[in-house]
Amino acid sequence: MTFEEIQQRLAAKFGERIGALAPANKDPFLVVAAGDLVEICRFAKEDAELAFDCLMNLSSVDWPKKNQIEVVYHLWSYSKRHAFVLKVLLDRAQPQVASIESVWKSADWLEREQFDLMGVQFEGHPDLRRIMMPDDWVGNPLRKDYAEQPQWHNITTTRDNSLEGYVRLDELKKKAAEAAAAAAPKKEVLQ
Amino acid sequence: MPKNYQQDFGSVITSKTSFIDEIINLARKSSIFYLLFGLACCGIELMQTGGPRADIDRFGSVPRATPRQSDLMIVAGTLTYKMAERCRLLYQQMAEPKYVISMGSCASCGGLFQYAYSVCKGVDKLIPVDIYVPGCPPRPEALTEGLMRVQDKIVRERWFSARQKIGQPEASLGVEYKVTA
Repeated sequence: MTFEEIQQRLAAKFGERIGALAPANKDPFLVVAAGDLVEICRFAKEDAELAFDCLMNLSSVDWPKKNQIEVVYHLWSYSKRHAFVLKVLLDRAQPQVASIESVWKSADWLEREQFDLMGVQFEGHPDLRRIMMPDDWVGNPLRKDYAEQPQWHNITTTRDNSLEGYVRLDELKKKAAEAAAAAAPKKEVLQ
Repeated sequence: MPKNYQQDFGSVITSKTSFIDEIINLARKSSIFYLLFGLACCGIELMQTGGPRADIDRFGSVPRATPRQSDLMIVAGTLTYKMAERCRLLYQQMAEPKYVISMGSCASCGGLFQYAYSVCKGVDKLIPVDIYVPGCPPRPEALTEGLMRVQDKIVRERWFSARQKIGQPEASLGVEYKVTA
């Protein structure tokens, strides 16, 4: 099925709650409300025609100016060989969406990753812990306004550049040559 | 101890060892057991160094799977913050005297990944490092060279007299450790 057919199939089931595909000329995606997500996902998985048996990817995008965090769901059907993209728009100050771990088990670690790096809260997740950073890390590293803590457990998070004190030898020679040329008496040109 | 060591390493602190130190140090330098601590692609090169071609076993150096039996920790690969705590714990579990080789640029300074949020910028921020082996990853020959430099360090230590002084405040192997916090 094409993206349009999948969108029509979902619209036939959910009616007004399914909007239009956007943008039509590029890789299309469908924006759904955060409250409808689990229901739509479960239908997409269990419907015989859609049969999305695989959650390929779950990622998120930070938009500070729009004050939004998008969570992106890439679905894939091995049996039907078609794909689809769902997006959920969340408030940046308090990004919160229902977990789809009950639909696809693979969402477990993917949601933990987004919780860790972007700070999205997934309600109903069975084990929402950080997955990449240590448990007591401060901040979400993939936020655009992330500022790293100066140190963690007595380990500084920066390292001085050991090359900073060094100067290039050829530049020194060039400067010395220029200084010597400036200091040398000028030769008078004989007409 | 061969006399030419003092000439070869003019910039390095040399120390005068007693005859019994020489015997003990000969035994110690010929049985450096290293901890299996491969963290990334350097770990593959570490295995290669233990393999038949480079064969670090001919220096009496064999891998151990526990820090309790190890003399040398070869930190081979990218050290993340999550692993850093474990690295410090493993180092503390090793018995004295212990040595550390920082293998590869990642372990030395963070290397290619030093601007990443999850990578520790050098293992010397946690534990004292004796030898830095540069490379990405270093070839087995380079790591063998690093091991030989550890051997050089061992043969210059006054191990026997340090053992006799245990309990006294200045008891040490003459090596001052400084950890950059």
